[in-house]
Amino acid sequence: MRISCPYCGERDRREFYYLGDAVYLDRPDRDAGAVAWDDYLHNRDNPAGITTDLWQHTPCGAWVKVTRDTTTHAISATAPVRDMS
Amino acid sequence: MRVADKGRIDRGRPVSFTFDGRRFSGFQGDTIASALLANGVRTVGRSFKYHRPRGILTAGSEEPNALITIGDDPNQRATMVELSEGLRATSQNNWPSLRYDLLSVNDALAPFLSAGFYYKTFMWPRSFWEKLYEPVIRRAAGLGALSGASNSDPYEKAYAFCDLLIIGAGPTGLMAALSAGRSGLDVILCDEDFALGGRLLSETETVGGQAGADWVHAAEAELASLSNVRIMTRTTVTGAYDQGTYGALERVAIPGAPLACFWRIVAKNAILGAGALERPIAFPNNDRPGIMMASAVRSYLNRYGVATGQSVSVFGNNDGAHQTARDLIAAGVDVAAVIDTRADAAIEVDAPTYSGGQVVATSGRHGLQGITVEHSGGRRQIRTDCLAMSGGWNPTLHLTCHMNTRPQWSESIASFVPRSGAIPGLVAVGACDGVMDTAGCLKAGMEAAVALGASPQSLPEADAASYALTPFWMVEGKGRKWIDFQNDVHVKDIKLAAQENFRSVEHMKRYTTQGMATDQGKSSNVVALAVLADATGRGIPETGTTTFRPPFVPVPIAAMGAGAQGHGFAPKRLTTSHGATVARGAPVIEAGLWYRPSYFPQPGETTWRQSCDREVRMVRNAVGICDVSTLGKIDVQGPDAAAFLDFVYANTFSTLKEARVRYGLMLREDGHVMDDGTVARIGANQYVVTTTTAAAGQVMTHLEFVRQALCPAMDVQFTSVTEQWAQFAVAGPKARTLLNSLLDQPIDNEGLPYMGFAPVSVAGVDARLFRISFSGEHAYEIAVPARFGATLFRVLLAQAESMGGGPYGMEALNVLRIEKGFITHAEIHGRTTAFDIGMDRMISLKKDCIGQAAAQRPGLTGADRDQLVGLRAADGAIPAGGHVFAQRAEHIRINSAGYVTSTAYSPTLDQNIALGFLKDGRARHGETIVVVDHLRGIRTEVEVCDPVFFDPEGGRLRG
Amino acid sequence: MGFSGFQVIKEALLGQKGWAPMWRDPEPKAEYDIVIIGGGGHGLATAFYLAKEHGLTNIAVLEKGYLGGGNVGRNTTIVRANYMLPGNSEFYSHSLKLWEGMEQELNYNVMHSQRGLINLFHSDGQRDAFVRRGNAMINQGDDAVLLDTDSVRDLLPYLDFENVRFPIYGGLLHPRGGTARHDAVAWGYARGADQRGVDLIQNCEVTSIDVTAGRVTGVQTTRGAIRAKKVAMVTAGRSGRVAAMAGIRLPIESHILQAFVTEGLKPCIDHVISFGMGHFYISQSDKGGLVFGGDLDFYASYAARGNLPMKEHVMEAAMTLMPMIGKARVLRSWGGIMDMTPDGSPIIDKTGIEGLYLDCGWCYGGFKAVPGSGFSFAHLIATDRHHEPAAKFRLDRFKTGVGLMDEESTGSQHNLH
Repeated sequence: MRISCPYCGERDRREFYYLGDAVYLDRPDRDAGAVAWDDYLHNRDNPAGITTDLWQHTPCGAWVKVTRDTTTHAISATAPVRDMS
Repeated sequence: MRVADKGRIDRGRPVSFTFDGRRFSGFQGDTIASALLANGVRTVGRSFKYHRPRGILTAGSEEPNALITIGDDPNQRATMVELSEGLRATSQNNWPSLRYDLLSVNDALAPFLSAGFYYKTFMWPRSFWEKLYEPVIRRAAGLGALSGASNSDPYEKAYAFCDLLIIGAGPTGLMAALSAGRSGLDVILCDEDFALGGRLLSETETVGGQAGADWVHAAEAELASLSNVRIMTRTTVTGAYDQGTYGALERVAIPGAPLACFWRIVAKNAILGAGALERPIAFPNNDRPGIMMASAVRSYLNRYGVATGQSVSVFGNNDGAHQTARDLIAAGVDVAAVIDTRADAAIEVDAPTYSGGQVVATSGRHGLQGITVEHSGGRRQIRTDCLAMSGGWNPTLHLTCHMNTRPQWSESIASFVPRSGAIPGLVAVGACDGVMDTAGCLKAGMEAAVALGASPQSLPEADAASYALTPFWMVEGKGRKWIDFQNDVHVKDIKLAAQENFRSVEHMKRYTTQGMATDQGKSSNVVALAVLADATGRGIPETGTTTFRPPFVPVPIAAMGAGAQGHGFAPKRLTTSHGATVARGAPVIEAGLWYRPSYFPQPGETTWRQSCDREVRMVRNAVGICDVSTLGKIDVQGPDAAAFLDFVYANTFSTLKEARVRYGLMLREDGHVMDDGTVARIGANQYVVTTTTAAAGQVMTHLEFVRQALCPAMDVQFTSVTEQWAQFAVAGPKARTLLNSLLDQPIDNEGLPYMGFAPVSVAGVDARLFRISFSGEHAYEIAVPARFGATLFRVLLAQAESMGGGPYGMEALNVLRIEKGFITHAEIHGRTTAFDIGMDRMISLKKDCIGQAAAQRPGLTGADRDQLVGLRAADGAIPAGGHVFAQRAEHIRINSAGYVTSTAYSPTLDQNIALGFLKDGRARHGETIVVVDHLRGIRTEVEVCDPVFFDPEGGRLRG
Repeated sequence: MGFSGFQVIKEALLGQKGWAPMWRDPEPKAEYDIVIIGGGGHGLATAFYLAKEHGLTNIAVLEKGYLGGGNVGRNTTIVRANYMLPGNSEFYSHSLKLWEGMEQELNYNVMHSQRGLINLFHSDGQRDAFVRRGNAMINQGDDAVLLDTDSVRDLLPYLDFENVRFPIYGGLLHPRGGTARHDAVAWGYARGADQRGVDLIQNCEVTSIDVTAGRVTGVQTTRGAIRAKKVAMVTAGRSGRVAAMAGIRLPIESHILQAFVTEGLKPCIDHVISFGMGHFYISQSDKGGLVFGGDLDFYASYAARGNLPMKEHVMEAAMTLMPMIGKARVLRSWGGIMDMTPDGSPIIDKTGIEGLYLDCGWCYGGFKAVPGSGFSFAHLIATDRHHEPAAKFRLDRFKTGVGLMDEESTGSQHNLH
């Protein structure tokens, strides 16, 4: 498996750390309540198909948002988790 | 026996070898299989279940029968092992000998050992399974044996990259490689054989007006001259993985080099030109040594110059089989019969022919002696010692199934062909795509390369005979008709599976073990499917196929795991003091990937406890030195550094004054403790964060995530400096005196109070001095750039020893911190909350922080939770891992009230003490409970107490 | 038809003609009392125990493919009860007891082999953790023996004790741990359920779940609509997809776990061995293949296949631990889809929809749980009350934080368990 780091280009999967669904980017307010936090931390759409998830390219440290198909492992897009410019 | 003037072996270079201790001779260019056949050896192994004598069936990696042990290397395919001088081969799965195998009694008992019989018996009495039935079954099963000794051969792994990976160097692959290579593409051409050419080496047809093998030779020479083409012979592509990654196993044939190399090949595109495999026909007793694939008979004849029998017969359902007879006759070998199942077959061979005929019986226990043919003219016995069979060809499409795409049925070749797009970036062309003539393969290879940017090439003239067959799978009638030769699956087994409603192809496979042998059903699967389809009244396409999974050929664990044996499994991280530590005789232990000293033994000390106790007293009474460089160090800088730390730590750092240090508790977002450590503010916008040794990597990853994903607007940067600084604890009442003997400017209590930081210099080297303590003593940690670490350690030790101190190791460090109730990952083990360790009030609610919201969940606080306590024993050890119970409670799960995490004999208190967790523990100080360790038979009464055993006021820290 | 040695001999003499189908292939009826979605090990065991323990037989098991075609047919066949935390302890203990009577209960030889499982440890800290675990096992009434290095060497002389990156400090032996023939477990439960009147319906995919006014009424399938008073979802690997049909979002992320088998070899590994430093575990099948596995591939996937990095890591772990297997050849590798939960422990619970029940989240430990899960889930479906040994497998524990069973202590990130 090969993934494109937005900064370093295509690299082997060995260079990446996987966190999980990109829902982790949408951190609720601390007062959002138990349901919102449960959804953020635990519950997942977990699609069989296109998903967006978060990987870190460990040699450069960049966190990358990867759009992938969970049934084929085809990667359609990668981008930094935030526009850092 | 050898045939004169045939084959591509080097008759000028004889090679001697042994098989089951007997000495034989072959030639350079032989495989063991061809050399054994040349020497008239027909039985080479015993089958898996019934221990039937078996001979060589094929001439390739799909061989199911001829598995042998080479030296200490079991289950090698004799058809793939190149002959080399002195090679020792032995047969497998027989005792006492290949010819007289006691377990061949299984064959006589075969009626009782039908498919799946073992699911229906061996259940009574229950205890007999492990004691009797299973050991007997295990001994009878298996093929070759491992030697039991550690692997002593070198193996290697490597990466390769290319524009185009061409898998298979038959006519398809060679033409693709020539086209792509001439056009400048970066090409890797792999073939599992030791010579390029594929079937062209084994056939008598011509290409471009010359012998096929000569055309191959010219093509190889041209490819070798192209710097953009890499030829990898003996290299089997074993698996197709995501984004154009392929695994490949290279058998290295260079003396002294690794035995094999496992390649990870990354290719922009790939062409699969893997050819096709001939399939057998199921007829009664079709497994006798001497019954072989027709294509294999031609390979042995044309490539190795070996006649596989004195009087050979041919049995097939297609025109290609007839060529076998023609080649044999041309080479002067007697052909006893050519039998074609098709009544209308035109058999143009100068030998007795039987159109519409079938082989209905065979004879010869250890080797074929005769066959019975039934045809329109009746039954006929024929003396023959080799039968070449061909049921048609199956495309070698296995790689195209590695991403779980199923192949599709092709009526025209009565077999499965690959689906296009099954592997992104890979096209299957030529015979593996169902193109069964050489001219078609050459064309397909070129066109595939052209589609990837190569320029069109003129094609050599080649055989374009059409491939005509009428599907024929099985001869009806009495006797076992073998399908999976190695696993001894025959037609009746498959019919029994259908009868018992194992009608799904997966059920049939799993029930009968069809296709689960070492060849993964390469020869047998399609025949088995046809029989199942017939038995269940369905067509083959509706019956479906099982999944081909990687690897295409079995791969040694040592190859894929190369480099890890011994110490290579994980990197080693060594501190700057490691050399001096080892030189002092300190045993080192693993701490994550680091090595740290356990203790520093002194003359006269015979147990670790003696050294440990001395080192504890040394720190409490004088001064000790300990390398703490393994703790993670992260340099955090920027205008928003303070705000960032407030967000990632439970407690607050924006309020920390410059040149001050504060303990920090870091939570996971799920509200549990992730890590702890100290944070020093060394400038207005600069902090140095320390982590535990174990969590350094995790914390760094986490901080990067928080910064990039959750706080992108913050102006803060950080970097790991763990390896850039060597850091040493200087602990004990004499710590300041020691430091002042080394520092360029002395320190005092006012200038550097407890939890203070100061930049200092040592012999002109800039250093960082933190007044922090993990021992409870007046202590410092001094950090210097790593290149000065070894020197500083030496100097610190010399000074310490002159003051009655010295180095201390992990054992003493652990005792010192337990005496003080300081926690490590034994306590913050991942299930611990701030509440559990009495630090819930550290979670500042004045600001948001990671983990704050989830830590408020009702389950993460409260009296039901296990809370950190101290435990002290009046008598006896307190075993770590022991569970705690109320006195008089039965020692069962529902009464377990907690457990011991860290334990020590405290030389300071002369008492066994421990840290642990106890349900509602903070309310139970003073209570006597029992620690139970069933495993080591220990029961110890302990008193619950505050976890801080020594100097609870902390006066020594501030002294 | 009862199975026995006598029957095997009789049929041998009669040409095997008397063996009856292992199960029927009934057409689905229009209505059942209970529809079980998923004909894997857990679903089949649930059907079996509903029939046997609760006398309920108007049941259909709907399987989109073939019976036992999910993770029960592709795993490393390990059976054990060596858990540490309350909830898991009592559940797996109960499950192991069911294993120990399974062959007689099912009249089917699943080759349950209690050959002993050894967890190795490589530091003092790991020893302490395994001691705590072993004591928890004994507190539960199960068995555990602490081994020092020499005792491990006596049992497993072929491990590398001398020249190794992570020296072996000792091991925790679980004598009742072992293996079983995985397919046979599915077949045995299927046969048992079928004999008691349960309809096992293969090639029948559920396409939607019918819910009216907060109550389940049936399912739509590729073979038509089926009404049901109760519907049970037991589709580990696809749990999230099936639950989504009822509008339920689960605390599950699907991950790949690869496993491997070598060519057949004469007996060389007599135990189940687990090597924590490399997340590697191995045993030898009765057929002779070395069966082994490692960690997840670590990315969400439904592809049922893995990639090279984890394969190689597993082989590397094998080579550092037991270099005597270097010349064994990997014959076949495969990937299963794991329901990974935020604490690595399963869910057996009701849902917010009346009559709809959920059994999922088995992570990569579902095989050994087959009998216990079936028994406890059947109890829940039949009585609407939690079965005591599975009472802590609640769906809402993540929201409340009450009763989390994070054996790996890695927190709520799904793939770290």
